[in-house]
Amino acid sequence: MTREELQAQGIPLDAEGFLADPSRWTPEIARALAREEGIELTDAHWVVIRFAREYYEKNGVSPTLRQISKGAGVPTKALFTLFPKGPAKKVARIAGIPKPAGCV
Amino acid sequence: MKRLLILGGGTAGTMAANRLAQELDPEEWLITVVDQSKVHYYQPGFLFIPFEIYKKRDVIKPRRDYLAPGVQVIFSEIDVIEPDRNRVRLKEEGRWLSYDFLIIATGTSPHPEETPGLLGPEWYKSIFDFYTIDGAVNLARRLRTWEGGHLVLNIVDMPIKCPVAPLEFIFLADWYFHEQGIRDKVRLTFVTPLSGAFTKPRAAAVLGNMLEERNIELITDYLVERVDPERRVLISYDEREVPYDLLVTIPLNMGSEAIARSGIGDDLNYVPTDKYTLKAREFDNVFVLGDASNVPTSKAGSVAHFMVDVFVPNFLRYIDGLDLKPTFDGHANCYIESGFGKGILIDFNYDVEPLPGKFPLPGLGPFSLLMESVTNHWGKMIFRWMYWHILMRGRTLPMPAQMMMAGKWS
Repeated sequence: MTREELQAQGIPLDAEGFLADPSRWTPEIARALAREEGIELTDAHWVVIRFAREYYEKNGVSPTLRQISKGAGVPTKALFTLFPKGPAKKVARIAGIPKPAGCV
Repeated sequence: MKRLLILGGGTAGTMAANRLAQELDPEEWLITVVDQSKVHYYQPGFLFIPFEIYKKRDVIKPRRDYLAPGVQVIFSEIDVIEPDRNRVRLKEEGRWLSYDFLIIATGTSPHPEETPGLLGPEWYKSIFDFYTIDGAVNLARRLRTWEGGHLVLNIVDMPIKCPVAPLEFIFLADWYFHEQGIRDKVRLTFVTPLSGAFTKPRAAAVLGNMLEERNIELITDYLVERVDPERRVLISYDEREVPYDLLVTIPLNMGSEAIARSGIGDDLNYVPTDKYTLKAREFDNVFVLGDASNVPTSKAGSVAHFMVDVFVPNFLRYIDGLDLKPTFDGHANCYIESGFGKGILIDFNYDVEPLPGKFPLPGLGPFSLLMESVTNHWGKMIFRWMYWHILMRGRTLPMPAQMMMAGKWS
């Protein structure tokens, strides 16, 4: 699924390519967004994505990289291998949750 | 007698204590502030110390002088908070304080020990911070005799206190080295974990251009893993190396260790807080003001000010049995020094990113938004006076707590 196909199915993305409504997320959407990033999702990716979604549901905000690493039990270095360049942001995008608050 | 206990007498705690001291009947309420330090720092002033615009004495006042006479003040570290039992244990003699309502305003602070290589023999020799008084003063000393080289400014991770200060630092450095006549011998690099000079797209574009105009290099999406102080290089998790001669670091920021000891914080010791009412999510008689909360807005004095503005009337409703109104909108208002006597102003909230336009402020404004001006610089310089004489005295500024769209061009 491309961005246009997602939009056509009534699943809009915001200006920065994040899912506008986190409740519309499905694993299929995750695979589509990951492909856009050039990532083919493996079990190791899914551990991280599931943690990020649970964290968001519990806390109402997206986890930072440190929180992902600690919470999902994946070393930061491995997160950079799984989701190259800016893993916190890529995990959030693929998990269909808002861009991590960061600087704001 | 009911007790309102306030942990932390910094920007948020002092404003809350003084405003509530005016509102609550002293025969019914005892307001107690606990802080570990007898000194109140004007933290926005730390930025100016390395460039000899302010000296140490310009940013220090006795904390007690800025808390209303009716407020009880206890100087002690906080050991542990027990919200289930409505009490707090102090480190001082293991004393217990019980409360009816608690405000947590314990702030956030830099933790250089979290990044290997920062602390050690090169700390305050070729590696400095400027978010502490010691760091700012030592950096001023170093810069006075520095003859040039590669100055790298690195933000270890977000969120940080005053997220615009690193940009201001690099803009002021550009100006300072011009003034010293050595700008041609200095290379300036801004290394950030963000994808641009700032998070929000329009401000990131404007600030990114300003870096470029000043010949300041920008390295983005860079998360430092460790520093090699002998080779003088930063090394990121994806193994990119950035060499430096002088490193100015903004270390990982974390909330108070008392929050961690009490088991009521997240991984960075920030207390989960309702972002519209500022009530602690887990506890009905606990509020969190300023940098100690996890609400997704800037950790900054202006935010603490707007939080207190909406919190005070809400708290007065709440103790009378009324509901809390969801009135906090994440409003932040930040002057960004850009060097050469100019500044930028940005004004934003949870939903609206910084936009260009004009910011009306009776008596002082209007200020230009997202655009350099001399007036913005003076706004920033006058702010120190306003901090001590208006905000910390429990007085209010003639501006609404919620962000206004008036004057903004969307």
